[in-house]
Amino acid sequence: MTTEQRKPFLLDFEKPLAELEAQIQQVREKSAEMGVDLSEQIHQLEARAAQLRQEIFSKLTASQKLQLARHPRRPSTLDYIQAISDEWMELHGDRRGTDDSAIVGGVARLEGQPVVMIGHQKGRDTKDNVVRNFGMASPGGYRKAIRLMDHADRFGMPILTFIDTPAAWAGLEAEQYGQGEAIAYNLREMFRLQVPIICTVIGEGGSGGALGIGVGDRLLMFEHAVYSVAPPEACAAILWRDAQKSPYAAEALKITAPDLQSLGIIDQILPEPLGGAHASPLKATEILKAALIQNLQELNQCSAQKRREMRYQKFRHIGIFTEVSA
Amino acid sequence: MSLFDWFANRPKSGSPPSVSQAQEREIADGLWTKCEACGVMTYTKDLRANQMVCPECNHHVRVYSDERIRQLIDPGTWIPMDEHLIACDPLQFKDRKPYSDRLLEYRKKTGLRDAIETGRGQLDSLPLGLGVMDFRFMGGSMGSVVGEKITRLIEFATRDRLPVVLVCASGGARMQEGMLSLMQMAKTSAALERHRQERLLYIPVLTHPTTGGVTASFAMLGDIILAEPKATIGFAGRRVVEQTLHEKLPENFQTAEYLLGQGFLDAIVPRTQLKPTLVRLIRLHQPVEQPLPLIAPTLNLSGLAVDS
Ligand SMILES: [Zn+2]
Repeated sequence: MTTEQRKPFLLDFEKPLAELEAQIQQVREKSAEMGVDLSEQIHQLEARAAQLRQEIFSKLTASQKLQLARHPRRPSTLDYIQAISDEWMELHGDRRGTDDSAIVGGVARLEGQPVVMIGHQKGRDTKDNVVRNFGMASPGGYRKAIRLMDHADRFGMPILTFIDTPAAWAGLEAEQYGQGEAIAYNLREMFRLQVPIICTVIGEGGSGGALGIGVGDRLLMFEHAVYSVAPPEACAAILWRDAQKSPYAAEALKITAPDLQSLGIIDQILPEPLGGAHASPLKATEILKAALIQNLQELNQCSAQKRREMRYQKFRHIGIFTEVSA
Repeated sequence: MSLFDWFANRPKSGSPPSVSQAQEREIADGLWTKCEACGVMTYTKDLRANQMVCPECNHHVRVYSDERIRQLIDPGTWIPMDEHLIACDPLQFKDRKPYSDRLLEYRKKTGLRDAIETGRGQLDSLPLGLGVMDFRFMGGSMGSVVGEKITRLIEFATRDRLPVVLVCASGGARMQEGMLSLMQMAKTSAALERHRQERLLYIPVLTHPTTGGVTASFAMLGDIILAEPKATIGFAGRRVVEQTLHEKLPENFQTAEYLLGQGFLDAIVPRTQLKPTLVRLIRLHQPVEQPLPLIAPTLNLSGLAVDS
């Protein structure tokens, strides 16, 4: 991929960095053209770029993280699944008449261990996104997911889910075929399953659409991923009556990994390579794989009964309120 | 998720046409109530006696938690639970107004502490756990308090082996508590899973409106699901769905009647029939004291060819 092709995906806050990099490139070209040694100058510029990158990515705002989480080049569920599995076979269909491609799932082997992997799948380009419905699942997607989870439970295979969706699909047919029921059913049934479940927010966690495959023993989240009760745009439109206030909403809703860890919602933050997961997908893959294996090993220490009890207690304790005397 | 269409749909104030000044005064006094559906005036006393259902056109006027509890529970048997739980402002959330101010306002305006009342009581002498959501309090939205009260109610009912009835009325998850609200969907579903494992009966009653995260959790998890006539029930807000389409939505889209047709409800029950229906259903699911008689009713088999 050349620099030219990457340009359209440059995020606003990355611009100073891109300008500096362009400048470095110019100096390099000049040096080659004129046959003068400018390595000292290049070195200095590069050090500045590295520092700038560090600065920018260490203090991203919620809405900047939202942009990163939605970055078109961010690794998708299938990218991760293919990269972390020894082998993988996608399975299809909810056995109720649909096969939703906004949720993918199948059987795989992770370091020798058979597992079932399921996740929202965003498109890799515009055409793919039409097929994938931008990762917005229909009831059939949630029903396929729970069918595969039941399969995993029957064969004692741990379940790994990957969350990356703006929201559950809000179309006419989604309502017609029971979007609410499909999600609700998964929420309840995921508490019934005996096998370990690890859920990882890899990009965008959009409300009930994310939660529909998001009940597990461990909830992991990439450093720049976000998870929100409602899309910040929708929240801004409703609460501020102005969709332009989306950055405020993103901030106020506490959607970043550190915020959610301090609220007791997620268990672990997976660090991302500098510049975000898409800057070095291989590195991101290694981090994910190591975290999944470590968490699975820990969960395997417990009996199924203990795990289920812990899963219950984990969610049981989410919520902050005050108890006053009558 | 919860799309809170109700914000925009709130009725605009303005006097109804063709009502005399004297009548206006009496409406203001609460003596008469004008039906928003058919316009017919009914004595408020008669309307209440008919459980706030217009005797003329059968329109179900919205009722709130106190009134609903009065309609369902046998007098003198209601024991409220967890009234001491109140919302705090965990995210220090502020949109056009701080959430903490909104909470104070709604408490003052409604006299409620949050958007649900829970407790135990009797229904024709049958003990049960009952939760009634209250749309007056921030659109019945579910935050930490609503989620916690429902969860405690279900856990109590599981321990005491009681059926649970939840009367739903909600715009969905309460955005001002962010992800804490979303996770209440999982928390309440977890409690229902345990109630279910004990083979105990759970009946949600969906009233106008039941949408968003409430639809995508406990509202749709009933062993038997009932709804009031014409209640709006759905996941996404109607206007959000409209935006995804180029055509008009069906007239009855997201009504109780539509959901019944799609197979997502068991029955639409007029409010005046709700208590007897619940009583009947709960009785039907109780273990019978007297099992089937050992001697089956005699059948006359003569004349039938039987292989020997
Ligand atoms: Zn009427």
